[in-house]
Amino acid sequence: MRALLLAALAAFGLVPGAARTLPRALPQPPRLLSQTGLYAASGVVDARHLAYAPQYPLWTDGAAKSRWLHLPAGTAIDGRDEEGWVLPVGTKAWKEFRFGGRKVETRLIWKTGPATWVFASYAWNEAQTDATLVPEDGQPEAAEIAPGLRHSIPSREDCRGCHGREQVEILGFNALQLSPDRDPGALHAEALQPGMITLDDLVARHLLRGARPDLLSRPPRIAAETPAARTALGYLQANCAACHRADRPIPGLQLDLRPRAALRTTLDQPGSYRIPGQADSRILSPGHPERSTLLHRMASRHALSQMPPLGSVLVDQAAVDHLRRWIADAPLLPSH
Amino acid sequence: MSLTRPFVLALLGVALAQAGTPGKSVIQRGAYLVSISGCHDCHTPLKMGPKGPEPDMTRMLSGHPEGLKMPPAPKLAEGPWGWVGSLSMTAFTGPWGVTYTANLTPDKETGLGSWTEAQFLQMVRTGRHLGQGRRILPPMPIQNLQLVSEPDLKAIFAYLQSIPAIHNRVPAPIEPAATPIPMH
Repeated sequence: MRALLLAALAAFGLVPGAARTLPRALPQPPRLLSQTGLYAASGVVDARHLAYAPQYPLWTDGAAKSRWLHLPAGTAIDGRDEEGWVLPVGTKAWKEFRFGGRKVETRLIWKTGPATWVFASYAWNEAQTDATLVPEDGQPEAAEIAPGLRHSIPSREDCRGCHGREQVEILGFNALQLSPDRDPGALHAEALQPGMITLDDLVARHLLRGARPDLLSRPPRIAAETPAARTALGYLQANCAACHRADRPIPGLQLDLRPRAALRTTLDQPGSYRIPGQADSRILSPGHPERSTLLHRMASRHALSQMPPLGSVLVDQAAVDHLRRWIADAPLLPSH
Repeated sequence: MSLTRPFVLALLGVALAQAGTPGKSVIQRGAYLVSISGCHDCHTPLKMGPKGPEPDMTRMLSGHPEGLKMPPAPKLAEGPWGWVGSLSMTAFTGPWGVTYTANLTPDKETGLGSWTEAQFLQMVRTGRHLGQGRRILPPMPIQNLQLVSEPDLKAIFAYLQSIPAIHNRVPAPIEPAATPIPMH
């Protein structure tokens, strides 16, 4: 009983001088990307790691990307929650960004404990041989991507802002993104390269455990009434739903842009944002792209209104055009 | 044993209360910090009194009054004159657009009532609206707040959660005219 009492009191800091366990410092990412152990040679990722390509890529100013995942030997992903896979401790995921054929940055996420993650960004050198850890605040204007426009490497806080704080996710690596039932209309979709991991591979190699038994016979697919709606909802899932989701609510916002909730939370909803000069703004106004704030904010790169609010300085015009047509074709939207 | 158990439970109760609810001294420190760091200057609307503009404490820290509809922002001249503020000191226009000061009271719909302490800290650390959105706009001196220690930020949040909730929906900011005025 005494031990229990002391333990309870110590947990709340009520025993002066009690030996309290201080939080252990997080492992620090190495200074060079080559020191992460993920590369076999200069700029060459070790072939043991899992390359993959999500069916709905995130728009980053038209960057070409490559993505890999490292799972520690003998571990597997907990796939019981199809929308939120739990990755084993020791998982590393990293993504390389190229503009104009040149590597600019590589972002690394590293799960160091059951609820601790390290985020790091690396800027590639001129010789394209290695990349150096950038400061926590990121690196503004790291590379020119269009005349007068420069790509910035985000801060680690910004990384956490998109990937979550407690329940961190690798956004392009989940059942929907790796589904073999690929959306043929997915915007900026990248062809699967030989050797890339798919949902089938994960199951076959026992790297995914606890998933529903019919995962492969009934692979994830966005339920939508039209192909255009499927593509639009997939785009919103990849580009917006990391932040806008009801299970991680942003105070004051009721928006959930995951496919199953996107229409319910946007159609005819007033929101707080008003399109300049537009008296009757709605988040998504069927038949009226000009009144739809979601479209306006996607098409804006003004600091006050752009969405997503970070990580992009160029409008994704193909996506804006697709969503404009989809919203204009109001009869195609399901009733709500 | 029969005496020990209630004792343990009582101590645990005290401990849990201390862990979950900020003490009076923490809230008092938060009030002090809010006062000296100038939060009232913009988040408590000014009203005209016999001695000139004075804070309207019936609207303490509730931000730009939703009933105070502002006409279109005046056209700003080019040059070192850069911004204009309302008499209430809750609305500002400049090259960044029009901003309205936020409702910091614990109203669940329009203020910080639905915020967690972690979300408040994230907002400060990131300098982003709601902790995830656009950059927090001028004239909010977020860079000053980012220098405040974590215990003090927690005290500020505890104080803001303790004040009277005022339902006041502050308008969203407005983008500037298409031709921005150059910063000098």
